[in-house]
Amino acid sequence: MSTTPPDDRRYSREHEWVRVEGAVAMIGITSFAADELGDIVYVELPEVGARLTQFSSFGVVESVKAVSDLFAPVSGEVAEVNGDLRTSPELLNTDPFGSGWIAKVTLGDPAEMDKLMDAAAYAELTAG
Amino acid sequence: MSVLERPPTGDASGRGAAFASPKAGDQLTIIEPLIFDSSRPGRRAVRYPSPSSAARAAAADQPQIPETAVRRTAPRLPEVAELDLLRHFNRLSHLNHAIELGFYPLGSCTMKYNPKVNEWAARLPGLADSHPLDPDPLAQGSLELEWLLAELLKELSGFAAISLQPAAGAHGELTGLLMTRAYHRSRGEGEQRTKVLVPDSSHGTNPATATMVGYTAVTIPSNPRGGIDLDALRAALGLDTAALMITNPSTLGIFEDQIDQVVAAVKEAGAIAYMDGANLNAILGRFRPGEAGFDVMHFNLHKTFSTPHGGGGPGAGPVGVSERLAAFLPSPLPVLAVGDPDEVRSNAWSGRPTPAARFALEEPGARPTTIGKVRAFTGNFGMFVRAYTYIRSNGGDGLREVSDDAVLAANYLRVRLADAFDLPYDRICKHEVVFSGRRQKRQHGVTTLDIAKAILDHRIHPPTIYFPLIVEEALMIEPTETESLETLDSFVEIMHGIASLAETAPDELKQAPRTTPVGRLDEAAAARRPDLKHDFVTASTAPSVHQELVDRPQAAGKG
Repeated sequence: MSTTPPDDRRYSREHEWVRVEGAVAMIGITSFAADELGDIVYVELPEVGARLTQFSSFGVVESVKAVSDLFAPVSGEVAEVNGDLRTSPELLNTDPFGSGWIAKVTLGDPAEMDKLMDAAAYAELTAG
Repeated sequence: MSVLERPPTGDASGRGAAFASPKAGDQLTIIEPLIFDSSRPGRRAVRYPSPSSAARAAAADQPQIPETAVRRTAPRLPEVAELDLLRHFNRLSHLNHAIELGFYPLGSCTMKYNPKVNEWAARLPGLADSHPLDPDPLAQGSLELEWLLAELLKELSGFAAISLQPAAGAHGELTGLLMTRAYHRSRGEGEQRTKVLVPDSSHGTNPATATMVGYTAVTIPSNPRGGIDLDALRAALGLDTAALMITNPSTLGIFEDQIDQVVAAVKEAGAIAYMDGANLNAILGRFRPGEAGFDVMHFNLHKTFSTPHGGGGPGAGPVGVSERLAAFLPSPLPVLAVGDPDEVRSNAWSGRPTPAARFALEEPGARPTTIGKVRAFTGNFGMFVRAYTYIRSNGGDGLREVSDDAVLAANYLRVRLADAFDLPYDRICKHEVVFSGRRQKRQHGVTTLDIAKAILDHRIHPPTIYFPLIVEEALMIEPTETESLETLDSFVEIMHGIASLAETAPDELKQAPRTTPVGRLDEAAAARRPDLKHDFVTASTAPSVHQELVDRPQAAGKG
């Protein structure tokens, strides 16, 4: 069962989360997404330096069920990726809101955050 | 019959002593060892005579393998006797499921039943022994067969011209979009048209193909009835649209009943209308995509026209095109160089030769606008022989019956199973029906994967699961035209049994399969940490090198 979305971040309809600390935004997928995908076996991470566009594809996640695109919840330049996912993609299943983060980007346009949901709205979206 | 009542496998299958005879409910755990484990130094299946002195002398005159390319260590090959070799592979084959052993509702999407007459035809010496480098005068029969197959595909599809070259469905898609690009470039719109529209119910290869050709794939949502959202399509179409790629019937098994409006809108935008023909098994003799206005479609001979393609090949993905794309078809096309096409066709369908007819391959440069070759020679010829045989042995009426029966079988299962599983798109379907296991998952914690594994215990291959992606816990069943009513009824009974077990004993399903050679596999671990190499260093029976290969480099010289 998926865990409650933490309220220290915002959420997209494509089930990505973003947590902003200063000028840096940390991006990941929600536990709801991870549960729907099932056991994740591979993650294609973006290159450091790549420019992301809000709601456009920036990577791929592959589970035993399906291959799905990752959609950027915000625009920005990739500053760091979570290299641990290359050898331990299961972090996306076990700790999607924590050690299973995917990328850190330098936030392009803070106003984009307004197009995302807060935890309560996202919880409502994913309720049964 | 429930999983528990099923008799233990070992008794029923007649398997030999290599398989432990299980007690009821026990898991069979003995798997055939690797052939390297049976290897013993010096043991041989075949012993070749030493080359004669004449052969050695002849070999010595031939160019030698360059020193840099000669391997320093002999390959490590298993060393076994002929009978042990046969037993090993026969035992392995008994671990498999096959359509000739039981129901296989993956359907034509994966591989439907391939009638044996196809294999008879493909083994006729005149066809089997032909060579792609035979000059045209020595290849008249092969060229005639290719020309006639293209004529048959034209008639079935309503397209103006056909290329047989592409080696598979996705290759046909690539060929279709390369022609699309060439068409737009020829009109000076190559730079402007950058997008390919793809409904969300289409095959995953469609957006992949668009990306490969350098286009941007744009997804168009489905409407609540499972068709394309026409308003969303119209909004997305524009001067930057290169093509629409639509799978029809869709992966939901639903025929797009707004197809006339879809094609008209695409044409109005100046774009190319591409139909993915992978689901042609549903519409033979009922719908001609060329007549409906499509510009290009690939056929999957290895699906619809029953040619075998185990282990990923060989396939055959001919493309049919409308008049406006014909000039861009891959070259060379087999052509009727001398003779009247009507007479040749009419004679062929009556089993008469046309002695005066001459067939040839297009001369290089004959069509300057061609996109060129997409495959060596003219394609996978052995598949052409089988597909031609399938079409001719069924005939026009027979092929219509193939599709009608395939559709009838799918709808029979749709109605009979509707009370057991959710049906997200509850309407008459084509060749396949898509159920959802969401009720079982939400109410009982039983996933579609559990259901699929339970089906295995009944000597049935599970249907496609978790596809299409737009259906939660999808269970896509394609029975095809060759299953008897008794087989379908038995499947219905088994599925009802599984649905009721999901309610009463969900844990039973979590433990399935129990009667297969191996039980529930850890698919995640297999994908995350695949173990694909045999460790020769620590293996107790590491095979020795084949010393004779090292000793006789001369004999092997003319590799």
